[in-house]
Amino acid sequence: MLILHCPYCGTDADETELAPGGEAHLKRFGPGSQDADFEAYLFARENPMGVHFERWRHANGCGKWFHAARCTTTLEVFGTYSAQTLDPPQEIRDAITAKRPGWRWRDFA
Amino acid sequence: MGYSAFKVFWQGLTGNKGWQPAWREPDPRPQYDIIIIGGGGHGLATAYYLAKEFGVRNVAVVEKGWLGSGNIGRNTTIIRANYLLPGNQPFYELSLKLWENLEQDFNYNAMVSQRSILNLIHSDPQRDAFARRANAMRLSGADSELLGPDEIRALCPFLDFDNARFPIQGALRQKRGGTVRHDAVAWGYARGADMHGVDIIQNCEVTGIDITDGVCTGVQTTRGPIRAKKVAMCAAGSSGRVAALADMRLPIESHVLQAFVTEGLKPTLPGVITFGAGHFYVSQSDKGGLVFGGDIDGYNTYAQRGNLPVVEDVCEGGMAIMPMIGRARLLRGWGGVMDMSMDGSPFIDKTGTQGLYVNAGWCYGGFKATPASGYCYAHLLAKDQPHEVATQFRLDRFRRGAPIDEKGVGAQPNLH
Ligand SMILES: Cc1cc2nc3c(=O)[nH]c(=O)nc-3n(C[C@H](O)[C@H](O)[C@H](O)COP(=O)(O)OP(=O)(O)OC[C@H]3O[C@@H](n4cnc5c(N)ncnc54)[C@H](O)[C@@H]3O)c2cc1C
Ligand SMILES: [Zn+2]
Repeated sequence: MLILHCPYCGTDADETELAPGGEAHLKRFGPGSQDADFEAYLFARENPMGVHFERWRHANGCGKWFHAARCTTTLEVFGTYSAQTLDPPQEIRDAITAKRPGWRWRDFA
Repeated sequence: MGYSAFKVFWQGLTGNKGWQPAWREPDPRPQYDIIIIGGGGHGLATAYYLAKEFGVRNVAVVEKGWLGSGNIGRNTTIIRANYLLPGNQPFYELSLKLWENLEQDFNYNAMVSQRSILNLIHSDPQRDAFARRANAMRLSGADSELLGPDEIRALCPFLDFDNARFPIQGALRQKRGGTVRHDAVAWGYARGADMHGVDIIQNCEVTGIDITDGVCTGVQTTRGPIRAKKVAMCAAGSSGRVAALADMRLPIESHVLQAFVTEGLKPTLPGVITFGAGHFYVSQSDKGGLVFGGDIDGYNTYAQRGNLPVVEDVCEGGMAIMPMIGRARLLRGWGGVMDMSMDGSPFIDKTGTQGLYVNAGWCYGGFKATPASGYCYAHLLAKDQPHEVATQFRLDRFRRGAPIDEKGVGAQPNLH
């Protein structure tokens, strides 16, 4: 069972309380952008084997969206954090570095 | 060595001592015309049709594990051609036609069994939707029928017809649908390709794709570099990882799908039964086990195992529509990593790099597609033109606003 800590209501929520929302920190390309950028924003995904930043909703709980850093091969959770941020916070990055030295993801390493 | 009933009989009398390995174990040569990355069903079928139908024999299939270690050996073996959209249905009908002649074609017993598939109907709008689908199926030459509750009662008396939430009001049936022994498909294609001169190289992972000035020249592998005029990616659940070697990002996420099998029972199910409304489908293997499954776990994963909530969900679906399944003991459960595309439909296409091709995005429906996928990919590789039933499986379809949203599902469906 996947268990994620909801940074809003503080619950350690079971997978059954949560709804997955896909890759996090997508950079939005809207009107006026290049077609290729708009397409990539909507459809192309990192789909990494390893460290993955993703969105979750505490659907059967407080209802809030939040972020999680998770490993897609071991299913290990590195931490969860607020959705009110464009980048993963430093303590999450440090937690990942401690376990996966040399990890990379898009332009933040 | 050809197989025949007489051979089986003779070997039986002589202690089964005369069987030969079904394919060679060659070392990679320095260069091939075409390298196929991934020895799953699709990669092996592609090699087979390249050599047999398109006369391209200087081909290698490079597989990181052993044949059958991927989804070709993990799926629930259902074949059908009951799609709706013109971009899909003729392709799946071609696949079904190829299945119907496959065993004679590659001289291998793949246990193709056209035992029919029933998609249950629970409401008037669903009947309308299935009637439309049944008509679309006929347009491509496929068979389809709408059954009423009485006909289903006669076929499957064990279903919960008066279910309070999902009463059974009918079904869409395709009699030519059914099941196939999945690993035998890999073995049969491997043996057939090998007999036509294809090198099948197992335990050899592709770790790099060589590109110079926009032209693909070969691959790096754990058994050394191999040069090729054309490189064909065909890695199913690992498609994203393989494409990343060529600096490509795909409209694909990797997700796990689980499947389950019970202890062996006497023959009870007449064919495949799907309970779409409850995310449950089931068939019975020739060994007698009830083989069933449901939905994906829902979040990105490369682990070939799933979590317990989906086990519960799938079993609840089974109990809801087919209460007798509760008396059977669950024997095994497993998971496979699938290439979920953003519209639920696949890609068989060239890429932006000359000499590099992609076959991916099969979601949970790629087993039935194996013959046609191999045939159409071979066609594209040999002629540089898409086969006529695979013209819409393009990588740029999202940019063009032309997704093939068969059911409007995908990994994280962007349903516009
Ligand atoms: C539980 C489950 C049930 C399913 N049920 C059905 C069903 O009933 N009907 C249906 O139509 N479909 C079904 N599917 C989907 C179907 O199994 C897949 O879509 C299909 O098998 C994918 O094509 P493949 O056989 O080529 O894949 P695979 O067998 O996965 O082949 C891909 C191969 O690529 C290899 N590879 C990956 N990376 C590399 C590398 N870097 N170098 C070399 N080799 C590499 C892998 O080792 C693997 O062998 C199901 C899938 C699952 C998981
Ligand atoms: Zn919460």
